[in-house]
Amino acid sequence: MTDQKAPLILVVDDYQDAREMYAEYLQFSGFRVAEARNGNEALEQAFALKPDLILMDLSLPGMDGWEATRQLKADERTQNIPVVALTGHALAGASDGAKRAGCDSFVTKPCLPDDLVVEVRRMLNAVSKQA
Amino acid sequence: MSPLQVRTIARAPVSSTIASRLELLEYYLAHHEDVMGCAQASVDWLVQYAGVKQSVCLAVEPESNMLVGIAGAGVARDDVELFSWPLSDARDPLVAALSASQPIIFRQARANGHSLPTTPIGAGAFTAVPLRGIRNVEEAALGLLLVRSGNGPTSEVGWLVTVLGQKIEQVRGRGSLSEEVKKLRRERTLFFTIINSVTDPILLTDTEGRLIVANARAEKLFAATEEESEGRRRAVELNNMLFSAALSRTAVEDAGAAAARELLLVDPSDGSDLLFEVLSTTVEDPREGTGIVSVLRNITDLRRATEQIEENYQKVRVAEAAARAERDRLNLIIDSVADPIIVTDPSGSTVLMNAPAEELFTVSWDSPDTAQRTVQANDAHFSSFISGLLLGETGPGEIRRGEIGLINPNSGRAIPVEAIAGKVLTETGELTAVVTILHDRTEALERARLYEQLKTASDELQMRVQAATAELAQQNELLRRQAIELEQASRLKSQFLANMSHEFRTPLNAILGYTHMLLQGVAGELMPSVRRQLTRIDSNGRHLLTIINEILDITRIEAGKMPLQISEFDLNELVPEVMTELDPVIARSRLPVTPRLWAKMPLVRTDRQKVKQIVVNLLSNALKFTHQGGIEIAVGYSEHERMASISVTDTGIGIARENHERVFEDFRQVDDSPSRQYGGTGLGLAICRRLSTMLGGRISLNSNLGEGSTFTLMFPVDADA
Repeated sequence: MTDQKAPLILVVDDYQDAREMYAEYLQFSGFRVAEARNGNEALEQAFALKPDLILMDLSLPGMDGWEATRQLKADERTQNIPVVALTGHALAGASDGAKRAGCDSFVTKPCLPDDLVVEVRRMLNAVSKQA
Repeated sequence: MSPLQVRTIARAPVSSTIASRLELLEYYLAHHEDVMGCAQASVDWLVQYAGVKQSVCLAVEPESNMLVGIAGAGVARDDVELFSWPLSDARDPLVAALSASQPIIFRQARANGHSLPTTPIGAGAFTAVPLRGIRNVEEAALGLLLVRSGNGPTSEVGWLVTVLGQKIEQVRGRGSLSEEVKKLRRERTLFFTIINSVTDPILLTDTEGRLIVANARAEKLFAATEEESEGRRRAVELNNMLFSAALSRTAVEDAGAAAARELLLVDPSDGSDLLFEVLSTTVEDPREGTGIVSVLRNITDLRRATEQIEENYQKVRVAEAAARAERDRLNLIIDSVADPIIVTDPSGSTVLMNAPAEELFTVSWDSPDTAQRTVQANDAHFSSFISGLLLGETGPGEIRRGEIGLINPNSGRAIPVEAIAGKVLTETGELTAVVTILHDRTEALERARLYEQLKTASDELQMRVQAATAELAQQNELLRRQAIELEQASRLKSQFLANMSHEFRTPLNAILGYTHMLLQGVAGELMPSVRRQLTRIDSNGRHLLTIINEILDITRIEAGKMPLQISEFDLNELVPEVMTELDPVIARSRLPVTPRLWAKMPLVRTDRQKVKQIVVNLLSNALKFTHQGGIEIAVGYSEHERMASISVTDTGIGIARENHERVFEDFRQVDDSPSRQYGGTGLGLAICRRLSTMLGGRISLNSNLGEGSTFTLMFPVDADA
């Protein structure tokens, strides 16, 4: 059912229900999906799979999303992969913190799967235009 | 020397020269013994009939070998009487003239070698004619006739010299001249010495007031020469007039009797007034006629003394009246003083007391015995106080104070009294009286007692205040701690709510997500009933999300975690943006939403996001509570106040006036019963109000029930200004 040429999205979220929900809907929307439960897994997967886009929940156990993003952006293998931050913390400054960490976009949870897909497509288009 | 007013011999005028000659000779016969009388008649005759201005007759006195004056006309009588000239020097012009056979003319200048001798005829040229008898024509003359006339010696003079010479020779021959002359001369001199020594002016005048004889003092008042000052002459003139007037009055009122009159004259030397008493006596002289002797007594000083006495008497009377008035006033004052005043003499007995003192120290004879005894007791107390003062060593001006316990004899009330006594001393330091004032201390003592009470009360109050202050400080400290605790609690609450909302969101995200996925057909086609049920889950989930978001907003605002993000933007552009955001809701409501923009709206500097949030909220409220009609969004600007406004007007259900404030409170709707018609958290307007306050603005509401509502947001065009 998955298309080999379809873009690969790495969904990083420690909350299984949300992670699997987004993954399921992204697959339903035609993307290939990989999953990670924390920062370390996210780095391993990113280096191994070279995904086209990473959905990064910022509040993670162990290495959090900000740190993971900083490391991804610091590594030349992964620095060009767009990172869309996902967070339930709508407090002011959360988006700034994410931008400083290297996130390319910022989505506040709760985020309907449909809206997330719209954002993913927008980011991929932006990258392909640059390329 | 003053000129004498020469009295002429009163005779009928003689028509011819011959007649006058006969008349003179007749006089000679009548007064054959009197050489001086004949000589005087002769010189008078010369002045009257022979055109002579002045004439003096001098006779040789063989005993003293002197030439002396015996008569004069038109000259000072004194000069004539006092004139005597030695004959020892033969070269003297006058002596020479005696030996001359012809008259000698003496001129002003020494034209003929004769110096001008000093004679009673005075200064100026005159002619000296020797007087000779019949027998001794060749010898030295018997005398000289000095004549001053306009036209020199005339035949009349020549005739007179002849007859007068013979007359003198005749009388001399009898040897009576010199003795008589000497006697007369002595008498005259004595007479003048006597009257001149009298300090009162003495005058002899004729009945017309013309002066005949005056003493030196009188001359000072009534005679002045041409050489003397104008003022002096005028004073003399005035005095003469006043004196004549006084004399004529005397003559009219009681002629003949000695009469005393007061006469005011002027002192010619200093112009001061002189008052005289004039005593005039009329004297009858068979030869000289009627004359008046006046003695003036200076009573100026007497009058002045009288006036002084009068004045002093008046002064004494005035002083006496003043003293009486002063005494009356003093009595009045003493009586009007409420404090008793007592004056005692040095022996201690009472001299004077005022009415309040009488109340304490006197009692009527029919008073009860107790009152009598009280007065005696009071007296005893007072006397002991006074004797203490009298024995004590108090100097003048010193005051003795003491407390005396007196009792009012009428009421029996005890009166604590402060006695203040002072000695009254004479100038020599002798004690004349003691004045004592008794001051009732009842009130003062009462005041002192009240003051003491007041002070006690005040101290107590102060203690209470101190205690209260201490307690207040303690309370304040407690409150401060409570405030800190409250603040901490509040912060914990905000933190808790923030965490909670996050925790709420995570599962809600999954609920909404999966519901959405199912509705999107991820699990295949749905039965209509399942779709309807999923839609209910979706809408309730969204409502829950709104509540959580709004609670989060409020906690963020209260925790100060929503700072202003100021930027410059066009308020007109914000309106379509808000409408776009709410487009699905607008579409569902089927209501027309009309934007009214402000044409010359300046750019505003404020938090764009917050303004937008408020307008979104107001518009969604309008859409929620309006069923028909329309909604208008208007932008406004007040240049004067530098305020921008944006208002949302609907034609909805409206809000009753009493609920206008309530809608802005947390978790409030007008109808907050469980079965309410409209959804929403009731936090929207509460958040809007908080946000508008952060912008420095406010939200106002204009609405009535059933008449729609207008919510207006007003905020400064520059949030930093």
